[in-house]
Amino acid sequence: MSTPIELLPNPTLRTEDDYPFCPGCGHGPVLDALNSALVRLELEPHEVVIVSDIGCSGLSDQFFTTSAFHGLHGRSITYATGIKLARPDLEVVVIMGDGGTGIGGAHLLSAARRNIGITVLVLNNFNFGMTGGQHSTTTPEGFITPTTPSGNLEHPLDICATVGVNGAAYAYRGTSFDDDLVDRIVEGIEVDGLSMMDVWDLCTAYFVRNNKFSRRQIDQTMEVLGLESGVLYRSDKPEFTTAYRRLAEGQHEGLRVKSVVATTGSTLEKRRHFVVAGSAGGRVRSAARLVALAAMRSGLWAAQRDDYPITVKSGHSVSEVIISPEEIHYNGIDKPDVVVIVSDDGVGKAGPYLEAMEVTDTVYVVAGLVLPATAAKVIVLDAAASETRIPKASLALALVSHAVDRSEIVPFDLFEATAGEGGFGEKNLELLAAGVALTEA
Amino acid sequence: MRGALASGCDFFAGYPITPASPILMMMLRDLPARGGIGMQGEDEIASIGMCIGAAMSGARAMTATSAPGISLYSENIGLAIMGELPLVVVDVQRLGPSTGAATTTAQGDIQFVRWGTGGGFPIIALCPSTIAECYTLTMKAFDLAERFRCPVFLMADKELALTMKSVNPSDYVDVEVRDREVVDPTELDPPLEYRYEPAGDVVPMQLYGGKHPVRFTGSAHTEDAFITKKPDIIGPLNEHLIRKITDHVDEISMVKTDFEDGARTLLVSYGVTAGSMREAVTLVRANGTRVSALTVQSLWPVPESEIVAAAAGVDRVVIAELNPGLYKRELERVIHDVEIVGISRIDGVLISPEQIVEVIV
Ligand SMILES: Cc1ncc(C[n+]2csc(CCOP(=O)(O)OP(=O)(O)O)c2C)c(N)n1
Ligand code: SF4
Ligand SMILES: [Mg+2]
Repeated sequence: MSTPIELLPNPTLRTEDDYPFCPGCGHGPVLDALNSALVRLELEPHEVVIVSDIGCSGLSDQFFTTSAFHGLHGRSITYATGIKLARPDLEVVVIMGDGGTGIGGAHLLSAARRNIGITVLVLNNFNFGMTGGQHSTTTPEGFITPTTPSGNLEHPLDICATVGVNGAAYAYRGTSFDDDLVDRIVEGIEVDGLSMMDVWDLCTAYFVRNNKFSRRQIDQTMEVLGLESGVLYRSDKPEFTTAYRRLAEGQHEGLRVKSVVATTGSTLEKRRHFVVAGSAGGRVRSAARLVALAAMRSGLWAAQRDDYPITVKSGHSVSEVIISPEEIHYNGIDKPDVVVIVSDDGVGKAGPYLEAMEVTDTVYVVAGLVLPATAAKVIVLDAAASETRIPKASLALALVSHAVDRSEIVPFDLFEATAGEGGFGEKNLELLAAGVALTEA
Repeated sequence: MRGALASGCDFFAGYPITPASPILMMMLRDLPARGGIGMQGEDEIASIGMCIGAAMSGARAMTATSAPGISLYSENIGLAIMGELPLVVVDVQRLGPSTGAATTTAQGDIQFVRWGTGGGFPIIALCPSTIAECYTLTMKAFDLAERFRCPVFLMADKELALTMKSVNPSDYVDVEVRDREVVDPTELDPPLEYRYEPAGDVVPMQLYGGKHPVRFTGSAHTEDAFITKKPDIIGPLNEHLIRKITDHVDEISMVKTDFEDGARTLLVSYGVTAGSMREAVTLVRANGTRVSALTVQSLWPVPESEIVAAAAGVDRVVIAELNPGLYKRELERVIHDVEIVGISRIDGVLISPEQIVEVIV
């Protein structure tokens, strides 16, 4: 007769090593509670990743048989997020100090807003234990630390409220002395989204010594600050990794590479430079782009370099187009062959080009603009006299059309074919025709 | 971006910064449908942190930024070195210092990435000089990251990222990107996470999510990833981290050569400035002057033997770069008894071929 083998849960996920903490330090009891919670959840060591921050609390991972990640101060949540995103099946538990909630405050907020499915256990002892008891984000006002020798002036961070009102699925505040700590940690780990466990404990080496602080005073402080304990926030907002994967389902692959096929052999013998200078909103870049694409269609190499202020919708917009029978290795334009100028903003940027240009080069400009001196031939075009009305935003395209027609940079038919494609094709062709028909002012 | 996807990159996290943002936007657009994850972090520290966590969980991770973001990556780059994590970091360089002239081109970060984290430990940095090379060298970067279990930088610049240019599809050369060498995840009794002897030997990685627990630490650690301060362990650990790179320079070195017999001048460049150098070479040769050119594709570790060999027999080495002469000092370190002339620009304007020609003739 055979007895069925019963698979027993791991009796402990603690290593055999003793904690290195000071006598009376609150971190040990909280870690014991975490161990009991993991055991109760029947988790195997390889199913759990403990991500520890830096500080005395940061030593914690070494006393567990689980997987572990010990990274940088304040950044534990970022690693935990990466782990959870890549392996949602893992149980990811962050152990950090109150110190980490300051330097890593942005991560705390983002973890809440994403509602990422990790559990964050803050061993909150109101000071930086490891570095000598300096004040932290959670040091209550008036308390003494080496860096607040006359009493702390800063308001203590309400960790639970911060994450709670910003999307976290679960936020709990308690102390290392609470009887229900194991139950709450179990609950927190079981929650799908972000669980925040703000557990207050004693740093006997510093905070207790500097403030005659005690277990009783933990409770009193909570009361004085008007903070409650227990499970304070719960939401059923979807967990981030699950939501991300659901959203990704059914998405098509976005990468689209449209190649331009060279159709006609160009006769251009040397590199040419074409510049369009105008204002933001004047479709300067798209007009220049048509020239570059037409050049590519004619079998030439093309490069387009745009310049505009950081505020893309105001100020100048200048596009340089290089067209060459040879591959273009140098993207600079020392002297343009053709410059099109359609606004005062454009004039403002055209100075160096105009100065470099020679008698054989040409500038096309709308009537009414005052240009700096140039050796180039200047052709002033009267857009107002056009039979087809040319809106301001289309001046660039109309003048570029005129310039392409009158110069030999790219074949006009290819420019026309390129402009005629797509949703704006018909409108473009009208403007091209109007541009070609422009007369000198 | 295409190079990363072709390399099997399935995790990207970044924070918007011109001129690196297009990579972020394209990766976040294209990764989900491919079963990958693309994240915009709350800052650069979070972005690289997520990549590091994901890499430990089996992902092929990449992040991209520009100089100000590299500053924020600094501490985590050290972590990736210490924890021996494969990771590709793209730096689309722009003019500094600080916010600089947002956004004009520069090559000012090449020493920064080399010395950008505490300790002075070696890193690998590749530098494409054409758009097609961005593709090829990204794949190479992923491959080297796996080979050496370390962060690898791809040093692009604003000009490569934001200037639209026609390209020849046949220039997009694929590189074989090796699979990550890992310990069998079903192994119940795996070896230790790290091994320091023989120094420089890279052992297979252990990833989260297998049948055995795995430890990672950014502190000085024993071979089973427990914190230690013992000199007889930290010494070999750090020696190993150095020798991993310095013993294998030959596997990493990449240069492009265009030598001419009897040339008196050797031109050296990298990145976008190499394009100007190429046009300068054409101009000079058209005038009947002999000249040789060397484009450095692997900036770190410095391909010393290739540089020394290229400089043999010339009277003068000319290096053009968009910074105050940052790689010139590396040439001065490895080349002796040859005049070294630097051409630098730090005003956001490209070095023109003519500017290089002037120095040669
Ligand atoms: C970037 C960085 N700055 C500073 C430190 C130094 N440091 C080590 S631990 C620590 C604070 C620890 O305090 P806390 O997080 O509250 O943990 P405790 O020791 O109290 O458990 C600091 C500032 C560091 N490791 N990294
Ligand atoms: S210094 Fe404070 S936090 Fe650190 S072990 Fe001692 S009592 Fe605990
Ligand atoms: Mg603390």
